[in-house]
Amino acid sequence: MLLEINDLHVYYGAIHALQGVSFNVNEGEIVTLIGANGAGKSTTLRAISGLLTPRRGTIRYKDRDITSMSAEDIVRLGVCHVPEGRRIFAPLTVRENLELGAYTRKDKAEIDKTMQRVFASFPRLRERINQLGGTLSGGEQQMLAMGRGLMSRPSLLLLDEPSMGLSPLLVEEIFRIIKEINAQGTSILLVEQNALMALSVAHRAYVLETGNIVLQGSARDMRENPQVKAAYLGVA
Amino acid sequence: MQQASAERPRVSQSRQPAPLSPRASGAGLAWIGRGFLLILAAVVALILARNLLDNPRLFAQIVISGLQLGFVYALIALGYTMVYGIVRLINFAHGDVFMVGSFVSFFAVSRFSLHTWPETAFPGMSPDLSTLIGAISVILLSMVVCAILAVVIERVAYKPLRNAPRITALITAIGVSFFLEFFGALNFVFSPRFIPYQRPFDVYAYYIGGSGIGMVTPSNPAPPDSITFSSIFVIIVITSILMQALLQWLVKRTKMGKAMRASAVDKPTTRLMGVNVDRVISFTFAIGAAFAGLAGVLFAIAYPSIHTQLGILPGLKAFVAAVLGGIGSIPGALVGALIMGQAESLTAGYISTPMRDAVAFTILIVVLLVRPTGIFGEPTGEKA
Repeated sequence: MLLEINDLHVYYGAIHALQGVSFNVNEGEIVTLIGANGAGKSTTLRAISGLLTPRRGTIRYKDRDITSMSAEDIVRLGVCHVPEGRRIFAPLTVRENLELGAYTRKDKAEIDKTMQRVFASFPRLRERINQLGGTLSGGEQQMLAMGRGLMSRPSLLLLDEPSMGLSPLLVEEIFRIIKEINAQGTSILLVEQNALMALSVAHRAYVLETGNIVLQGSARDMRENPQVKAAYLGVA
Repeated sequence: MQQASAERPRVSQSRQPAPLSPRASGAGLAWIGRGFLLILAAVVALILARNLLDNPRLFAQIVISGLQLGFVYALIALGYTMVYGIVRLINFAHGDVFMVGSFVSFFAVSRFSLHTWPETAFPGMSPDLSTLIGAISVILLSMVVCAILAVVIERVAYKPLRNAPRITALITAIGVSFFLEFFGALNFVFSPRFIPYQRPFDVYAYYIGGSGIGMVTPSNPAPPDSITFSSIFVIIVITSILMQALLQWLVKRTKMGKAMRASAVDKPTTRLMGVNVDRVISFTFAIGAAFAGLAGVLFAIAYPSIHTQLGILPGLKAFVAAVLGGIGSIPGALVGALIMGQAESLTAGYISTPMRDAVAFTILIVVLLVRPTGIFGEPTGEKA
């Protein structure tokens, strides 16, 4: 098992944001966490990548306990978190953003190879290479955020709301690329509000409600599940 | 009145959404203030022009002493602006780190004769080379001690407050500043006295003009129509420019520089890149303090009397320079510092010496009123 989360509890001050969340991601899978605003999806990702420290529970990655490891060390193990809202470095150029993604790596030639691969997935980034990150459009910024994540050559990519604020056409493109990245061997944990799209690319899914996992199963089963349909897919 | 209305279109264009601007209320008052400033600027320009025409030699002499001050301030201002850029803290202890730099070099030279180690170790060495290596050793020692001091200050006093309100860290910085001044004034530390500073190398005066360039000696005084300058002036200007270039390269071209710029924008996301942000912050403090230490040595060589409160005024003026240039901007620190140096030197030369500090801080007030973001600052909203 690539990632194994067991009974995770996270608090923001007095607020009990995650109330005993358990799930796992296998090698080669796309797993999606769906749920409404405030269900704890982003909190889960932030706990995995080390930005938050859980009060209870364990996070194991490749059979190693990473629960209280620092964010910068977790990246080195091959877990990369592409945060919500893209969070690109606006005053830095596209190239510099990508180079920062490869901060943990040393070999310049290898880094350049990865950059070429990123450009193959996101040709628009190559055109914009010397432009400042802040001047890119929303879709391009999302591509840059994902490309920057890929620069560390992660085995597990944590994607937080990659479709947020994008036009339907761009959403399609981003999800096509997510599938492509996965096909090249990267496992993905995808957090999405756009449940329809998420379930169409994922292998398995978990539904999160107010800090608890309330449903789980294969993506296909979830698409057929009447509760999911009513609450997240907008079909009665 | 006419002047103000003629100015209107230009000014309203350049008036970006400046945050926290007191002008936002009472536009009428602002025009009076602006008109007053324009008149003031015109008067200053007129006085300077008249003096320049009256006695160009004296004017150039004053400008030279202003450049010397300005380039020292530039070295100090870099530390303010870099640290502010990354942790949004005005590190008021920075001027005192500069003072410590002077004292470290004083002890190295007067107590331990560090500057003479090359001739002791290699008796056959040419005196010029041994002086050069000796002086560089003294400077490097000061820079290293200051860097370590600043990293310790950051770890002990600022890091625990990183998530506290910004005013808390600011007050702590003032506390650290007082601590360094008054701990340094203890008898077993630096002592509260003014101490004559022994230079690690001799400073010579030169003249230019009249009959060309020459060294000023008792037998060869400067011709009356020439301008004089000292070797330390040349050293300060060259060193300061070199350090500016070095810093530009560091910030723009190196991996650490990229990590610094990223940390300045968004610390959590920078950590997600695998950057140890704490280390980046320590490094920033260390670099800024090393520059302050260098400035401390050069300042003591140029004005060879040192005491524990020596860092206060240069520190505050460098802070004003950083604000004037646009705090957070590295080129801004240099430009702001050069303006401050000239303002101070011209005031001392044409008005009176005590007025120079008043003028320096008047500049701070004017900048905060007219353009709080400084010359190179971007009018971005303040993040609380």
